[in-house]
Order: sequence, then structure tokens, then C-alpha cells
Amino acid sequence: MTPEAKKDFEDRIQTYVGREISARKRGLDDVNKVMVRQWCEVMGDNNPVYTDEEFAARSSKGGLIAPPTMLQVWGMEGYSMANEPKEDLQRELHKIFDAQGYSGVLGTNCDLEFKRDLRPGDQVYAREVIESISEQKATSRGLGYFIETRTVFTDQSGEEVGNMKFRVLKFVPDQATQDAAAGAGESEKVAAPTRIHSPRGHDNAWWWEAVDQGKVLIQRCKSCQTLRHPPRPMCGECQSMEWDSIESALQGTVFSFTQIHYPKVPGYQYPLVCAVISLNEGTRLVANVVGCDPEDVTIGMPVKGVVEQVDEATMLPQFYPAG
Amino acid sequence: MTNHTTRTYDAVSVGDKLPPLVIPITASLIVGGAIATRDYTPVHHDKAAAQAGGLPDIFMNILTSTALMGRFVTDWAGPDCTLKSSSIKLGAPNLPGFVMTITGEVKAMDAADGSVEVVVEGENDVWGTHMQGTVRVALPREA
Repeated sequence: MTPEAKKDFEDRIQTYVGREISARKRGLDDVNKVMVRQWCEVMGDNNPVYTDEEFAARSSKGGLIAPPTMLQVWGMEGYSMANEPKEDLQRELHKIFDAQGYSGVLGTNCDLEFKRDLRPGDQVYAREVIESISEQKATSRGLGYFIETRTVFTDQSGEEVGNMKFRVLKFVPDQATQDAAAGAGESEKVAAPTRIHSPRGHDNAWWWEAVDQGKVLIQRCKSCQTLRHPPRPMCGECQSMEWDSIESALQGTVFSFTQIHYPKVPGYQYPLVCAVISLNEGTRLVANVVGCDPEDVTIGMPVKGVVEQVDEATMLPQFYPAG
Repeated sequence: MTNHTTRTYDAVSVGDKLPPLVIPITASLIVGGAIATRDYTPVHHDKAAAQAGGLPDIFMNILTSTALMGRFVTDWAGPDCTLKSSSIKLGAPNLPGFVMTITGEVKAMDAADGSVEVVVEGENDVWGTHMQGTVRVALPREA
């Protein structure tokens, strides 16, 4: 997409913000014992106030209630979602995304607030509004936009029973992931993945290939001898494009670090400390600090690096406390 | 196992850990959960549709994750508790064959309304964090 086309697209989707997807609309199903019991059966929820009339009557609830987290269920569209989703404002907006390649959709967040317990016989009405659309984001599923809707649920007397903020990601499904997914065998179990592959291009593949051989190299300008990292074609000091490299002794200190807690990325081992290492040669390198408790990592700590195989497909320099 | 007695507000402290709940993710649970929540989005029951979206198999819908998160807390709190709110953020999808372990800890308590806030995390054994969230539940006082 050209910048102009992107701006047009974003201007167009932003016109949907603040608009009502549905005015106060009654759910297809009033709160009922049958759907509650079936939901409890699948979810393994044996709370007796949902299904045991005698228990519920004796409890502080004074009778059966519906599981509060079923709030959204009463108004769900149902089977047509699988074939011909109904045409509403949300669908119209999603189609604009689809047309630009953002065909993937994924629920990512749901915030529910419950004002009172619902009981069999209650009617649930929903009014839904498009609350916001994010800027374009690069996500682990692909490039996309988050669409947030807000729904207020009311009952037969117009009282609010709860509300919901729901966020979906509309994204461009990655072709490679799609192809790999389609190739997944019928009975094959999904295996634990390896770490994210290093991106190897014209200017840096040589560096990663050396790592594969157990060495960390540092690029050196041939005309002024200045070292540089990460690899790039031109010397920042003298603009020479001539370079060679030296091998690092992998001794240095922690310049800065962070511990990654959330989200846990598949293929990585936790606890996970990511650090910027000041190598004694003078350049800096991003790498994991391992072999000690994350609590014991400090800025300035001396470290010694080793190139190790960290999973089936990945060689990486890892740094251990030195001395 | 069902807990028919309800925990009182006074019996809870910040830092209390909830008993972990281990849930084997099966195609039956994913499809059953989608249908019980009336979510007929094809990616939750049709493998070809899930693959077209870039995943190797069908995956659990957010309403089922929310249901399991709520159940995890109300199982611990007991039948006289009242759910006040729940907030969920999804990470890695739950696919058939995975096993999700849900853990939780009391992070805050509000004496004014007798509510406790439980921070919940569901981690699957293949792709890591499936969900992270907060459930607020009101508990009765000591009789």
C-alpha cells in the first residue's frame, strides 16, 4: 500500500469510530436453564448455584443464577456466523479490512463488568458501539489493527446488568505461516517450536554464519580500523565500504539488561534475561545472560560468552557471570 | 471436585495462591466450548478455516477461555461468591493436544465491598502463555 492509500484506508476506517453497531437489541435467547446447564457441562463448572435448584434456593442467591461470564452468550448471532454472517456495521467494517488483505480476525481482549447476577427468565438487551481503532501494529500474527467495541447490557426493565469491552485484531495472515499450517499432518502433534530464526540478509548473513560455526565476529573498517556492530555496509567514521572482521574473545560487562516476563514467547526458556553486553573489544552486542539467577544480574557485571546450541536449529552467543 | 462451602473475605489474604487447574485441551473441548458459547466462527470448529488463518489446527475461542478463567476463581471462592468483573488478554492460542495449567494469586482486597482481586495466568505446555487476566469476586463476611 502506498502511504497515500494507507492514509485513505485509515481515514475511512476511523469514520466508523463512535458509531453504533446495534441499538438496544434483545438477545436471541433469554437467560435459560438449558443453555446454562450445557455450558456448565462443557466448561466443567460444577457450581451448584447454576444448576442445582434446591441448593440455589437455600444459598444466598435465593435461586438459580446464570454464570456471569455467559453475559455475551445470550446475544450471540449463532450458526449463521459459520456461513453467512449477518450484515451489520461491524461486518461492513471488517469487509473494508478484508479488501485490503487484513482478512484474519482474532479476539484478543475481553473486559467484563457484572452489575447483577442474571436469572432464568431474564431478558438481555445489548447496545454495541465501535469505541476505537488502533494505529497499525506489527503483531506476532502479522500486521494489523485492533478494533475495540463497547457493549452495554440491560434487562427487561432497562437496568444495566453489565458491560463489555471487546477487542479484536484484524490482521494480514502470513503466507508462510499459512502454507506451513496447511502442511501440518492429520495426526501429527504440534511440536514445541525453536527460537525465532535470525533474519539473514545481504549485509549480515556472514555474521550469523560465523555464529553457526561457534564464533562471534566484529566487523572492522579496512581503512580506519574502527570496529562496528551490528553489521552494516559502511563505516560510520570514514564512510569506507571496505571491511574485514576480527573474532571477539567474548569477554565484557553487562551494559544494560531486562527480564522478559510476558508474553512468554514459544521456544524460549524462562527466566529470560536479555542484555546489552559491552565487549572488551569496544562494541556492544545483545544477548542472553544465563547461568545465574536473574536477581543476581547487575549493570557492570563481568561476563564471559560462549557460543552454544540453544535448540535444535539455533546457535547463539550466551553470556555467563565471569570469575 | 466442587467446593460447596464459600470462602469468607476474612479468610483470604493478599498473596494467597489458588490451587492450580490443569485442563487438557482437546478438539472436543474447543468445539464444545465454542458451541456452548454460541460462537460459530469457523476457526473454532473447522480445521481448514483455521489453517487458512495461519494456525495448524482449530483453537479455543475467547469466550471459553473467559469461562475457564471465571470457573477457576469461583471453584476456589465457592457458590456464595459474586463475580464482579473479569478481564482477559489472550496470548498464544490453545490447540488440541496442548495442556493448559491455570494459576492464580490474590493481588488486592477491598474491604469496602468485600471484593478480592485474583490475577490469573493460563499457560499451555507448547506455546506458553495462553491468557492473562484479572477476576474480581466479592466474598461474604464472617457470619
